[in-house]
Amino acid sequence: MIVGEQKPITEIIEIIAPYKQLLILGCGTCVKTCFAGGEDEVATLASMIRLAFKKDSKEIKIAEQTVERQCENEFIQEAAQNIAKNDAILSLACGAGVQAIAKRFPKVPVLPGINTTFIGIQEQHGIFTEECQGCGNCGLATFGAICPITRCSKKLLNGPCGGSQNGKCEVNANIECAWQLIIDRLTQLGQLSNLRTYIPPKNWRTSISGGPRKLIREDHII
Amino acid sequence: MTNISNLQKILKEGKFAVTGECGPPRGANTQIINKKANLLKGYVDAVNVTDNQTAIVRMSSIAASAHLIKAGCEPVMQMVVRDRNRISLQSDILGAWSLGIKNILCLSGDHQTFGSQPDALNVFDIDSMHLLRTVKNMRDEGKDMSGFNLDDPPRMFIGAAANPFADPFEYRVIRLAKKIDAGADFIQTQCIYNMDRFTKWIKLAHEEGLTEKVYILAGVTPLKSSGMAKYMKNKVAGMDVPESVIKRMEGVPKEKGAEEGIKICLETIAKLRETKGVHGIHIMAIEWEEKVAEIVQKAGLTPRPLS
Repeated sequence: MIVGEQKPITEIIEIIAPYKQLLILGCGTCVKTCFAGGEDEVATLASMIRLAFKKDSKEIKIAEQTVERQCENEFIQEAAQNIAKNDAILSLACGAGVQAIAKRFPKVPVLPGINTTFIGIQEQHGIFTEECQGCGNCGLATFGAICPITRCSKKLLNGPCGGSQNGKCEVNANIECAWQLIIDRLTQLGQLSNLRTYIPPKNWRTSISGGPRKLIREDHII
Repeated sequence: MTNISNLQKILKEGKFAVTGECGPPRGANTQIINKKANLLKGYVDAVNVTDNQTAIVRMSSIAASAHLIKAGCEPVMQMVVRDRNRISLQSDILGAWSLGIKNILCLSGDHQTFGSQPDALNVFDIDSMHLLRTVKNMRDEGKDMSGFNLDDPPRMFIGAAANPFADPFEYRVIRLAKKIDAGADFIQTQCIYNMDRFTKWIKLAHEEGLTEKVYILAGVTPLKSSGMAKYMKNKVAGMDVPESVIKRMEGVPKEKGAEEGIKICLETIAKLRETKGVHGIHIMAIEWEEKVAEIVQKAGLTPRPLS
């Protein structure tokens, strides 16, 4: 999923300051799962903003709505009426959701209420870890399904570097060395020979380095 | 200009090599480089020039290497893949060769979060293994990474780092073999304080036939104090300072610390000279270049090179 984290309330108050009628628009898929932008977070944030404005004797009207996904048109349209009635939208979706709304409502300011952090998983309840960079050219088959591009601090394809000690990364003792994990797993799978050969430089053209990406599925274009 | 570096010549002749290190200044002051060059000249066969080590901005390793050449020292230019993409790395290799730099040490580089500008974007377009192969292909095939035939390709003597003290231990020898395959002619190791572990590592490397394929320069760093020993153990990535070494440094009065540190260093060098598969030493006297001459002399490694 896309993992996100709500922005600090002070920053949110600052960016919504010019508006009198605000729609807080939640997103019911990824950011709901990571407790950043679902119905519950929309309601809590709305109360916090109302309180903060009241304390400063300022007025603001807040509407609340959460759609299933802000990155899909059919769900976005469910919010169209509400969007039209407000001065601005505070979207609690990931960066894709914020931009999807903005593309469809050219005259309405759309503001981000969360910071999109990464593509990851919920490792334990409340603990999320980054697992994928969306490089567009998956090499997990070689690395025992552990991504060195994402999980090695130096993106090494022929690691580990000299800073790996006791399974930890030199950057921070809280970071597991991806290469220790890769070697352990390939050893267990009997595939350590994957690493004896030189793994050539990555072709980054399929990543963001190649410019903004677009995927066209001719078979699905109506 | 001969293509063969002094370091390569000495190693090829089977002589025990000695290299030193020069960290470029945090500024454009070339006098510091000249001062360090004068301290090292005649006592080492080549001098490593670090590339923004610990991710702190310093004079570039290319420029500092060029200044060293002028001052009469042969540089080993370090190059890390942290700050430059493949286009920039190759371009700088061409530039370095054009300035008479004949040795290169290919490294990943300390992560930028260790440095003074942790907000920086890192690059890591290619890794140190790729950089080794790139320099080798430039030299042996005369081609850049795109396959383009270079006009006067650089023909460098290629070095890589190895850390016998990093984990997983068993994999360290496999990685050494990969580095040799990728293009390493010589290896410089992390500073050795844990002689047992180093001996185990080089024995494995020797059994794999790797010490016949590559020159291994064993790294040593003289300790200045027990505080430094503890700092190295706890704060420096990839370092292994056994408790016995710390105890020994703690066991002498403060004013004798430096003397004891040099004594330990000399004992290590003596053991390394007896170790099968070690072709030389790399002395990293961190901001203590004035001690290199003393160490090399007391170790009986002068005049350079030993005949």
